[in-house]
Amino acid sequence: MKALRWRLVLSLAALVAALVYALPNMPAVADSPLGGLLPQSRINLGLDLKGGMNLTLGVDVEKALQNTLTVSGQDMRDRASRDGVNLLRPRLNAEGLLDVVLPKTDQAAAFLKMLSEWYPDLSVAGESDSAAGRTFTLTLSDAARRQAEEMTLEQVVRTIRNRIDQFGVAEPDIRKQADNQVQVQLPGLTDPERAIQIVGQTAHLEFHLVRDDIDPRSLMLPPGTSRFPSVEKNGHEGSLVLDTEALMSGEGITNARPAFDQFGKAYVALKFDPRAATQFERITGDNVKRRMAIVLDGKVYSAPTIQDRIAGGEASITGQFTTAEAQDLAIVLRAGSLPAPVTVLEERTVGPSLGQESINSGILAALVGALAVIVIMPAYYGLSGIIADLMLCFTLTLLMAGMSGFGATLTLPGIAGIVLTIGMAVDANVLIYERIREELKLGLSPGEAVAAGFSRASMSITDSNLTTIIAAAILYQFGTGPIRGFAVTLSLGIIASMFTAIFVSHAIFDLWMSRNGGKHISV
Amino acid sequence: MAFTLLKKTTNIDFVGVRRYAYALSLFILLLGALSVVWHGGLLYGVDFAGGVMVQVQFERDVPDQQVKSALADIDLPGLTVQRIGDGGRDYMLRFSAAAEGATENLRANMNSALSQRLPDNPVTIQRLEMVGPKVGSDLRNMAVEALFYSVLLITVYISGRFEYSWFAAGILAAVLWAVVFAAGYTPVGRMWGVAVAMVITVIMTWRLRLNFALGAIVSLLHDVFLTLGLLTLLNREIDLNIIAALLTLVGYSLNDTIIVFDRIRENLRNIPVKTAAADMPSMGSIINKSVNQTLSRTLLTSATTLAACLSLYLLGGSVIHDFALTILLGVLIGTYSSIFVASPILLAFGDVGQYHRSQQAESYEKPGEHGVV
Repeated sequence: MKALRWRLVLSLAALVAALVYALPNMPAVADSPLGGLLPQSRINLGLDLKGGMNLTLGVDVEKALQNTLTVSGQDMRDRASRDGVNLLRPRLNAEGLLDVVLPKTDQAAAFLKMLSEWYPDLSVAGESDSAAGRTFTLTLSDAARRQAEEMTLEQVVRTIRNRIDQFGVAEPDIRKQADNQVQVQLPGLTDPERAIQIVGQTAHLEFHLVRDDIDPRSLMLPPGTSRFPSVEKNGHEGSLVLDTEALMSGEGITNARPAFDQFGKAYVALKFDPRAATQFERITGDNVKRRMAIVLDGKVYSAPTIQDRIAGGEASITGQFTTAEAQDLAIVLRAGSLPAPVTVLEERTVGPSLGQESINSGILAALVGALAVIVIMPAYYGLSGIIADLMLCFTLTLLMAGMSGFGATLTLPGIAGIVLTIGMAVDANVLIYERIREELKLGLSPGEAVAAGFSRASMSITDSNLTTIIAAAILYQFGTGPIRGFAVTLSLGIIASMFTAIFVSHAIFDLWMSRNGGKHISV
Repeated sequence: MAFTLLKKTTNIDFVGVRRYAYALSLFILLLGALSVVWHGGLLYGVDFAGGVMVQVQFERDVPDQQVKSALADIDLPGLTVQRIGDGGRDYMLRFSAAAEGATENLRANMNSALSQRLPDNPVTIQRLEMVGPKVGSDLRNMAVEALFYSVLLITVYISGRFEYSWFAAGILAAVLWAVVFAAGYTPVGRMWGVAVAMVITVIMTWRLRLNFALGAIVSLLHDVFLTLGLLTLLNREIDLNIIAALLTLVGYSLNDTIIVFDRIRENLRNIPVKTAAADMPSMGSIINKSVNQTLSRTLLTSATTLAACLSLYLLGGSVIHDFALTILLGVLIGTYSSIFVASPILLAFGDVGQYHRSQQAESYEKPGEHGVV
């Protein structure tokens, strides 16, 4: 009898705890004075319910590694000339490795010494002799490569976060994933297309000299020049021949803002830091009366003629911008360029109205499903069925409490998981009641039948639910966000239903039997 | 007063109609297989095939043809237009993406095309899912792996649970693991590795005389393949949600099977040890008795789950529709299979003497020790 009292107390305690955690999810409770006393953790809504955008970006890490190699190559040439080693211009080969040519093969030892002393991150992948001299093919060492990859990803995440913060989205979630991927979650977005632009634009700004001396239609271009696509006034694409090597890059930009010229056309005004300002002053001074192309992500936006040396560290990018485009370009230039190009590998966007619709229909389905079950159980099992109904409500309260307590995310498949739980939660009660009926038929008294029913059914219930939990665990392990939400609600629901069916309802039945001396039962 | 439907134990000859049941299962299986062949494989949704899926809503009803012709001007390779929900306002557009990242101007292009051709009927994009080829193949691998691990874990669990031979279950797990792991390094790939692993599972449970495990696995595969076949027959695309639904079914459909099998074993144990072969009841009668004894709980547990799923299917909204349909079909098939397929199939694997002897073996639990429902 004493044991029963403790079981009832424990059940009641569980109910109170469940209510404490579950109730704040009801707006009416949360807004009442009581809401302040209850725990603040709530069930989060997934993007598929709240509306919003989920992007998976692939980061072209290889590109970043090649940039690192190119920079090392330029640096190496300076160092070599200081050390008296003769080097031809290091360049990337077709495989993305750095080829360095030594015209004088007897300087190989000196070169290798310099390499190991100053460039521990580089290792020699191969060497070959030709008429030009000895070619060393250099690559990043494994450790350096890993570090560079890691840094690239970190910087991509940081830059995108910067951009999104300036764009103004509440509670963005940006994180690294395996396989050089970055996941970006933006809840409650109104203009997805602009967001993709802002997140995905590399925003690598460069200034190149225009080679007006070369006919852009010629098929063969002289070495050191390349053809760049350009954005023309009418929106069509043209092309321009530029020096391949940039005069300077946009790394020294301290500020960028959208502005309007006297005709009301939008442009982006740039401000350089002192170092870049000096550089800009020098290159404009050196190239007066020539055209300088402003190249953004490999595309020429404008190519004005330099009228005079430009001092003061200010420049502007004009082009065919709408106001929004100029605003967005200013944001990405301010937040900095991405260290490597990114591509959108996956996009999932749900509009807020569809999300709300999903919530409404999900709640309706859950209510109707629950109602059906609540009607079936007493119709079939009488008073015991009502106990099962109470247990169902208890299970759902526990489920909500569990999700709030863990700060779990409710997704649309998660709602389906709740509806499934409603259908499956009473299964345990059914198994117990059927066994009790069978024991009664064998001639056992109600009290004995209840005892036998619970003891015999409990283990089987655990066993059969375990298979569903195994499946849910696998889904959690392998699934994407929404599916994980399903796995969580399903497992929590099953665990909660086992607790209520095996522990709580057992205590209630024992109480019932002790009240009537184990003589009557309605099952 | 409570219902008395099924309160009396029924006495239906389930084993007697097993051949009709097998024929029905085979028929549906064949129909499903034919429709898979007809479609040239399973219908993959954008999750697995890659591509773009856009759900749009017009302000007023509009016929399918107009939507399709309005979009003909822009390049949307393999465009299909499907009306969803009631009325003609909601449409699902699917097409394959030309290249990764091609969604950038997609919205603008679609919006302008639709507003030009249907000027007085504003449209909103409710949902857009773009899956690039890389992510598509990643997700496919993930789904295959998830399927494999569920087969592996559940096989081990079943072998251990029904046969109390965790040792055999361990060997089985090791072999399966090795097969799939090895298959990952061969050209055949994981997908076929999983298929081979399933065949090996069936053969090994057969050879190891793990009859209950074999029965459970056969009925599991039966449920999954029938559901998949029916989905293809109904022109439903297989996506991540469907895989989640199938895995859930794998877990759920075993529940009923476990209950019936436990009862069969209990009834086997109740035959006195020294019963002469001539007095032994037939295995068929034991199976019939067990299925009849557990029939009401099989039906009722399924009924409550079905009621909930039906509500989800009818009221849960367009996004969750196929998921609900899968569970609905699966629960129906699972219930049917635990009554008509899983238990009768035990007959094919041995006679009552063999089952009886094996239940008396030392290694087995005693009745009641593990709880029998």
